[in-house]
Amino acid sequence: MTLDLSLLPDGGLQWLAPTGEHAAIVLSSRIRLARNLAGFAFPPRSREGERLRVLQAVRQALPAVPGLRDGVVVRVDECTPSERLLLHERHLVSRELAGLEVSAGAPTAGAVVVTGDVGVMVNEEDHLRLQVFRSGFDLEGALQHAEGVDRALGAVVPYAVHPEFGFLTSCPTNTGTGLRASVLIHLPGLVLTQEIGKVLQGLQHMGLTHRGLYGEGSEVLGNLFQISNQTTLGRSEGELVDQLARVVRRVVDREEEARRVLRREAGYIIEDKLWRAYGTLRHARSLTGEEAMQLLSGVRLAASLQLVAGLSIYTLNKLLIFSQTAHLMHAAGRALTESEASVARARYVRSVLAAEARITD
Amino acid sequence: MLCDQCRERDAVVHLTQIVGQSVAQVHLCERCAAERGIETTVAEPKHPLGDFLQAVQQQASQLPGDLPRCAYCGTSLQEFRASGRLGCAHCYAAFDQSLRELLRRVHGATRHAGWRPVPAEAATAGRPEGAGDLAARLDALRGELARAVAAEAFESAAALRDQIRALE
Repeated sequence: MTLDLSLLPDGGLQWLAPTGEHAAIVLSSRIRLARNLAGFAFPPRSREGERLRVLQAVRQALPAVPGLRDGVVVRVDECTPSERLLLHERHLVSRELAGLEVSAGAPTAGAVVVTGDVGVMVNEEDHLRLQVFRSGFDLEGALQHAEGVDRALGAVVPYAVHPEFGFLTSCPTNTGTGLRASVLIHLPGLVLTQEIGKVLQGLQHMGLTHRGLYGEGSEVLGNLFQISNQTTLGRSEGELVDQLARVVRRVVDREEEARRVLRREAGYIIEDKLWRAYGTLRHARSLTGEEAMQLLSGVRLAASLQLVAGLSIYTLNKLLIFSQTAHLMHAAGRALTESEASVARARYVRSVLAAEARITD
Repeated sequence: MLCDQCRERDAVVHLTQIVGQSVAQVHLCERCAAERGIETTVAEPKHPLGDFLQAVQQQASQLPGDLPRCAYCGTSLQEFRASGRLGCAHCYAAFDQSLRELLRRVHGATRHAGWRPVPAEAATAGRPEGAGDLAARLDALRGELARAVAAEAFESAAALRDQIRALE
């Protein structure tokens, strides 16, 4: 199967448009609900036939669910490895569902339903992983939308529930609400002022956790952190989201304060560092993925400090996703070696920055 | 048991590594464990799954005799301990006691306080009669069977099993 990205509504990337609150610091907000269908074993235990029936049930339910009605169903297990990686780079499919963790490839009947701001993974660790993405800091908006879609879907395909434990999941760490609320947040100020350790420790005390750009097990690159709730049982979805939002607001305040301190205490050093990052991205002929992420972090900071005018946050968000390997391969229309990808990455970044160059010294 | 690495000293550290969908057991002596940077004293759990697996391990040393098995999907408590994943919704009834303890440790609670699921009657109302109802009935019976087995109520379990067979 060839993945036709033009069929995906907004490519599943509506959240890249920086329309939300604090969009320069909080890139996106996400609500994830883990659900299982009643009457089927959970995916890690289920047989092929069961997995196909689950996917069939979901497909049949879609027309009755506002918010998913126009969703495009992509059979991940029928995609090529680079297509699966591309879906993962877009945050639509987890490493597990993309089959990146095991050589055997994607699990049978693994699929994702994609709309502009909703993605439903099918046959991942749970039958359904419903995800709602919002631009900027908008956890409440994302939760509200997720609730509507979840209720409508649950009315058509009955979920596995327990009178006391609530929604049942394959891993007991998700039982109850099945909710993982998270924000993707850019914290270069706290990293540069070395305050980040304290902040991350504080999160632990609040029952929250942090990860890298691609969630569980991914490393922190380009000063991008995913902050999320850790427990899912005993408190309502609203309470869990409220608590996360309160803490994120405090982290945003501290990041802004750190940026003010940096400008005041180390004005020219920071300016020089950020302009060098911009210069490298604008002119380099080869960039590794990691290097690009680090440099983009500097340029994002420069843009939000208004050092670099005329460079939009949307462009930077787009660069973050489209400069990744599978996206470069997709644009090139063929597989690329690591060094070819580095050259293609540098070329792509240069062209995007050149198109927006209204930079004056 | 000998250490997997040096094959000389006794293994005292037993690790369960989960990589993707495969689970591997690693047994190491204290020295080889230290070389790999693994603490031999029980470390402070850093995330809920660690906390939870630790709780599972502690229970493993407490529970005597036969371990329960889910009558619906066949997952044993031992398999659940190894993988950290339950096999199906009925496992929650089959391993009720162990799970309650775990949920309390991981979440600090066992009672769901969030959205109420859409009632089953409303959910099944739109589906065609017949096959769906039978499936739901079988589902309910299997759930009861799992609970009965877990509670060691073997007489009612046998009756339920017969009912399921008849329906199947």
